[in-house]
Amino acid sequence: MEEAVSLELTPDEAARITREQRETKAARSKNLLEVKGLSTHFFTPDGVVRAVDDVSFELGYGETLGLVGESGCGKSVTALSLTRLVPNPPGRIVGGSVVFDGVDLLKLSDDGMRKLRGKEIGFIFQDPLTSLNPTLTIGYQIAEAIRQHMGLSKKASYDRVVELLGKVGIPRARDRLNDYPHQFSGGMRQRVMIAIALSCDPKLILADEPTTALDVTIQAQILELISVLSDEFGTAVLLITHDLGIAAGMCDRVNVMYAGRIVETGSVDVIFERPRMPYAWGLLDSLPRLDDVRGDRLRTIEGLPPLLINVPDACRFNPRCNFARDACRDHEPELTQREEPGHYARCWATDKGGWIA
Amino acid sequence: MTTAAERETRAGVGKEGRNLVEIENLKVYFPIRAGIFKTVQGTVKAVDDISFEVRRGETLGLVGESGCGKSTTGRAMIRLREPTAGSVRFDGVDLTTLKSGPLRRLRRRMQIIFQDPYGSLDPRMTVGAIVSEPLDTHKLAKGEEKRARVAELLKMVGLDPSYVNRYPHEFSGGQRQRIGVARALAVEPEFIVCDEPISALDVSIQAQVLNLLTDLRDRLGLTYLFIAHDLSVVKHISDRVAVMYLGKIVEIGPPDVIYAAPAHPYTRALLSAVPVPDPTMERKRRRVILTGDVPSPANPPAGCRFHTRCWLYERLGKPENCRTIDPPLREVGGTDQKAACHYAEDSIKSDVGVAHIEDAPVRHGTPEAALRVAHKSAAELMGEIPEGDIDQALIPSIEEVPPAAGAGASGDGGNTGAKPN
Repeated sequence: MEEAVSLELTPDEAARITREQRETKAARSKNLLEVKGLSTHFFTPDGVVRAVDDVSFELGYGETLGLVGESGCGKSVTALSLTRLVPNPPGRIVGGSVVFDGVDLLKLSDDGMRKLRGKEIGFIFQDPLTSLNPTLTIGYQIAEAIRQHMGLSKKASYDRVVELLGKVGIPRARDRLNDYPHQFSGGMRQRVMIAIALSCDPKLILADEPTTALDVTIQAQILELISVLSDEFGTAVLLITHDLGIAAGMCDRVNVMYAGRIVETGSVDVIFERPRMPYAWGLLDSLPRLDDVRGDRLRTIEGLPPLLINVPDACRFNPRCNFARDACRDHEPELTQREEPGHYARCWATDKGGWIA
Repeated sequence: MTTAAERETRAGVGKEGRNLVEIENLKVYFPIRAGIFKTVQGTVKAVDDISFEVRRGETLGLVGESGCGKSTTGRAMIRLREPTAGSVRFDGVDLTTLKSGPLRRLRRRMQIIFQDPYGSLDPRMTVGAIVSEPLDTHKLAKGEEKRARVAELLKMVGLDPSYVNRYPHEFSGGQRQRIGVARALAVEPEFIVCDEPISALDVSIQAQVLNLLTDLRDRLGLTYLFIAHDLSVVKHISDRVAVMYLGKIVEIGPPDVIYAAPAHPYTRALLSAVPVPDPTMERKRRRVILTGDVPSPANPPAGCRFHTRCWLYERLGKPENCRTIDPPLREVGGTDQKAACHYAEDSIKSDVGVAHIEDAPVRHGTPEAALRVAHKSAAELMGEIPEGDIDQALIPSIEEVPPAAGAGASGDGGNTGAKPN
């Protein structure tokens, strides 16, 4: 296990670091978010679970990046780690850096982090019913963030709420300010969540399975809304989803995660048309599709994802891979570049000199 | 995969008619009670006057959004819900008037597989007890014979028979669903209601369970009612598809017809909303955005129930009969397709909702496609794959693959400790 990085800083240190980081912001790169070597482990009685293991990626201003994978692959823990919301104990970020708009979030004070959440980074979670407080009105819940972060008066904040509710397509917005979440349908609640996420003009929205609890026609409405509004506001979106169809329709680039690792990354066209990692092939192959010529058996990925306790130095997908050879069992491959720029895959077989290169 | 016709022959068509289950004017209403005296304030018309039949050996897919009444229909068909009105005839016998004794005997021939593999298995019963319970109820086997039958059933669904003494929590979601399938098969039913059997599972596990269900159907000549909200899954497994909206069946027919030329505007809107894992197609797709939510089934709109959200109604200049006359399910196009729309012919002619869907002979993203890019022929590849030929390597059948080792000890959530998703 790596040395745990101490996140505790004295207020003075934190202020100095923030100031220094702000100063270097002028010379910042074109990326809004740069994640390097992020590792989040869970310390359980059974052992250390490497839920997120050395994950690196970047996200440009205004870009939509997909994080796809099956349950337990670490995509949600990655999102929680970015905003330091990993439940501790048992979880802890044990290494890496998350540079957001020139500031390393992992070195920021708790207070600085609190100011950032909701203002610079908005959230849309899977289940709008549990993410909204059932005892507070919709108007209050949206205005809360605005008053907190933008220092507007009560009157001005409510005007902004009405404007936001109109933007997310809630009819008769002014009449509905005093309604409670249970008076809204699932799709409407998710619209309220989007209004809250957008309320302070964030630079980034973390959307964690934003439509999984919704029906397809409502899902289409919500996805359309997210994509139109993120274009309008110039907001970058980190979209976490298990649905490859949603990723194909929404994202500019896609990271495929498996067992705590990013196993393939590239533009959406490359990932869906020329993936170079057998796991991506398997995922795409196992989906029944509308455009299928009916009748064939589905190809499946047999077996289950591995336990993330005591992971051996081997390709984590090799036990389920039809192309695995001894090399895959001896060492874990690195993310290496493939034909197109920006396309990286973690696979010996499709790497240069590999047996299906 | 066998064709519907082959299965129909095997399931014995002509014996007692072509239809195994016939539903006529089925209604299931639930009272809404409120106040301290719990007086009835209204009724939710979950299923409102539907008629259809399930043919012997066929798989009928039932799709619709949540709350449209598809699960209630499925349950009423095996009388797990008492219908308010109408009849359900199973192999010629009306279930709705049957007394409990004969009903129990008939239940042996129909079973159900539930959506939630966590909630539908008793956590305090071993797998052996769960699978053998129907055998006890129907007094089908005991002692050594029962043990052998349970082992056989577990093997049939791809589980190791040595797991009989384990408890449900020791299995992953996909494996639990297999236990549910084994339990349903124990009494050798003819008809199985599959109520969203794969919705709670991960993508790669969904495919495993879907293949299992198709294999069993082909091997045992089963008839399925397959309830799902996922249109792609339903297309894959069904011989005919019925689409429900707000307690009504709005369209029914073979999937090739329904998915290529839908006659009901709602079917088109549904199809246009399904994300396709292909960025090129996604860019071509024009979604029919249905405004608003599904109306309440306690107070459905007058006339056609879909007219409040219908794009065709808007396009045709809001014709009056849509608001006043509830359109009956009627034959359109002469291809075993029925739709409940006054303007089904207009709907068929448009390409709304399906323009982006092409039958793709080769999928993007498969090893074949990827390798074609790498300028390798399949023959070349076959020589390079260590274990057997490419088909063998790519398509392992369930009989050959032993159940995942180690999975039993951990369960699904075990791999990350905390629940990450």
